[in-house]
Amino acid sequence: MEVARYWRANRQRYQLVGEVCPNCQGKIFPPRDVCPVCEKEAKTPFTFSGHGEVYSYSTVYQAADGYEQATPYTVAMIRLAEGPLISAQLTDVDESDVKIGMPVEMVTRALREDGERGMIVYGYKFRPVMAVA
Amino acid sequence: MRDVSIIGLGQTPVGEHWELSLRELGFNALNAAMRDARAERVEALYVGNALSGSLTGQEHLGALIADFAGLRGIEAVKVEAACASGAAAFRIGYAMVAGGLADIVAVVGAEKMSDHKPETVTAAMSLGLDGDYEGMQGLTHLGVGALLMRRYMHEHGYERGDFANFAITAHANARANPNAMYRSAISARHFNEAKPMADPVSLFDSAPAADGAACVILAPSQIARDFTDKPVRVRASAVATDTVAAHDRRDPLYLEGAAMSAQRAYAAAGLGPDDIDLLETHDAFTVMSALSLEACGFAARGKGVRLAMDGEIGLRGRIPITTMGGLKARGNPVGATGLYQLVEVAQQLRGEAGDNQVANARLGMAQNIGGSGGTVVTTILERQ
Ligand SMILES: [Zn+2]
Repeated sequence: MEVARYWRANRQRYQLVGEVCPNCQGKIFPPRDVCPVCEKEAKTPFTFSGHGEVYSYSTVYQAADGYEQATPYTVAMIRLAEGPLISAQLTDVDESDVKIGMPVEMVTRALREDGERGMIVYGYKFRPVMAVA
Repeated sequence: MRDVSIIGLGQTPVGEHWELSLRELGFNALNAAMRDARAERVEALYVGNALSGSLTGQEHLGALIADFAGLRGIEAVKVEAACASGAAAFRIGYAMVAGGLADIVAVVGAEKMSDHKPETVTAAMSLGLDGDYEGMQGLTHLGVGALLMRRYMHEHGYERGDFANFAITAHANARANPNAMYRSAISARHFNEAKPMADPVSLFDSAPAADGAACVILAPSQIARDFTDKPVRVRASAVATDTVAAHDRRDPLYLEGAAMSAQRAYAAAGLGPDDIDLLETHDAFTVMSALSLEACGFAARGKGVRLAMDGEIGLRGRIPITTMGGLKARGNPVGATGLYQLVEVAQQLRGEAGDNQVANARLGMAQNIGGSGGTVVTTILERQ
């Protein structure tokens, strides 16, 4: 993991900043500057609410280099409230309690540790929406 | 455009070849195919490989294998498209012969995976995902397969055990394939009791990493019989792409790349799914066979698993798949897999599939899928 690559994506990864298409109003994450629906330029920044629901989930036991300290961990696809589907880890929850359709919200957590350079990469994960006390 | 035929087939057994390097594997398959074609020399070599840079610390495989095979000087290039590298390389070789730029062309798929610990292989396989938005999140190739399978079960109302016939069929067919990695039958009980690797994907849903190499030799159909009594004509070779990240697709359970590449292949050949006698699916995970059957028009959406449950994917079924063991039981040497599929379809069409022979097979199809569907190559072959 190179430092420049990390910084380049840090607004996406910390704050879920994507884009909105001025033509169809579709919300885009990650930012790609071209609307995937109408294929027109879409460079207007849009910050997502961080709310969504679980579309699918599983548990990773055999991780890639850089992620093995965290195993096992739960991965998911999340349908964001504004429309896009993204992949992320779930946190603060047991896999046995996860259900498709479960409401979740974004938090910032460590994603990976790079042994050689000692760099810790932070980014979005999702946790169950806490019931209001 | 000229008609193109396969005039020679070669493959190494799939498995753990501790004693063989990547270049030796590639050479062994190439050498076997050249002998089969009685070809003294080829004009060009295309090498399908996905992982040599990260696993073997070796790129530049075109020149490396050409030189090692005593073919120094010929045109040779490596082609990479994740797990679809093999059939993507075939597509280039096909285009060279069809376009008249070369007459005799070799296409080799080669992969060497057994030297490495599992987390290193997992990291290498994950390079075929979207690095910034899947890999960075800790997702793995296996993890994406699990997310798709879970959602498929949820949307279409299946249980895990409903997928068993994909694995049972693959293992049954591998028994008579001397080049297969796992030549043992499994039962529904084995499938149901298997430990999850990434729930709901278990050991028996997931194809094993392996070493292996396979090769075909191509020539203009007009001169194919100068080399072999059993030429196999290439009726179509079609590549399509989709988003690399599964989550970016309009519907992750519909492989648009697979559908588009199948449609292009059918259109090029003037054929449809009813004409196809057998299909080698890319069963990296059982759910991928279901999605492929649906995208290619053999089953309606959500009915791919039903086709397996009804026993229609066996050698005497409506559409036989994984006829020599598939990725699941023949093994999955990633960048070589697309070539193994084509060698196996050609064996069927040459009537050389032994106990696994699909009766009267005339038209066979293979679908090679890169990543979770970012690159898909569909090839249709015909007995000539
Ligand atoms: Zn738009």
